[in-house]
Amino acid sequence: MINAIAVILSCQLAGEAAARGLSLPVPGPVLGFVLLFTLLWLRPSLAESIGGTARGILAHLSLLFVPAGVGVVGNLDLLSRNWLPIAVVLVVSTVIAMIASVATFLAVHRLTRGGND
Amino acid sequence: MTDVARIWSYLSTEPLLWLTCTIVVYVAAEAVAMRLGRRALANPVLFSVIIIAPILWLSDTPYETYFEGAQFIHFLLGPATVALAVPLHANLRTVTRTAGPILAALLVGSVVAALSAVLLAKAFGLPDQVIVSLSPKSTTAPVALGISEALGGLPTLTAVLVILTGIIGAITVTPLMNAMGVTDWRARGFAVGVAAHGIGTARAFQVNELAGTFAGIGMALNAILTSLIAPLIVALVL
Repeated sequence: MINAIAVILSCQLAGEAAARGLSLPVPGPVLGFVLLFTLLWLRPSLAESIGGTARGILAHLSLLFVPAGVGVVGNLDLLSRNWLPIAVVLVVSTVIAMIASVATFLAVHRLTRGGND
Repeated sequence: MTDVARIWSYLSTEPLLWLTCTIVVYVAAEAVAMRLGRRALANPVLFSVIIIAPILWLSDTPYETYFEGAQFIHFLLGPATVALAVPLHANLRTVTRTAGPILAALLVGSVVAALSAVLLAKAFGLPDQVIVSLSPKSTTAPVALGISEALGGLPTLTAVLVILTGIIGAITVTPLMNAMGVTDWRARGFAVGVAAHGIGTARAFQVNELAGTFAGIGMALNAILTSLIAPLIVALVL
């Protein structure tokens, strides 16, 4: 487990350093994700040693959002003044994004299906 | 000062109390969600916030004090983003086989999510800072905070908008996809990952593992794409 943590944190650290150092618009953890994916691609055996820990973190992904979610208490003023438009924006835009995305996925899948699945 | 008050005044300033509170409440919220049969509305993040926020309010605890404890959990969002490389690598063959639909759905979903939010917010006359804070709302929290900060938004507001978006996506995805008659788990999962990041992904994993994997891919790819397009969209609309 400690090896896995070392690998994951090193990727994140390298990602953060690259994002800051080169002032890239992509956040550090995303670069860390790309880096870890590249490492796994180059050395597939790495997946065995870090897979368990990585899945362990991802299994409780919901928990990780709770501290930020509780931040609602610090924004109650702004939110209560604008709650209706904000609620409409969030619901409408999230639902149409899902509709647009799923419709595109299925349409392109139908167009490109070359008998391979 | 009574003993209880003395213990409280010590504990309430230590990280341990709010770290423990967050985890215990989450475990309870998960158990309740499970008892309710993992129904769409039974979202553990929503339940946890609904319980913890009033506790802070009643105990007169500032968010900053709470966050000193909760930051240890919040910190894991970064490593979790990195860890997404593992399921992506494990499912690489399935993913490369559907590369066309994935890239098209990513581009359309990502642009629609950010552009519709910014345009609607502008139409409703919301303050510019709120509009900027809304632009990365479909992106996973650590990335969204970075985007919001870089564009001059309010990171704490973005955090809340991101969480709300995730909860809305997680609650609406199953009835929406059933109503649309979509039976392809890859398409269902990918759409909720793009529109509702990690909370949508967590929901997708509850429903179907293939859906969860594709949701994770959608979330990861959208994090990359939104960090590139959000500045353009904000510059275009504001």
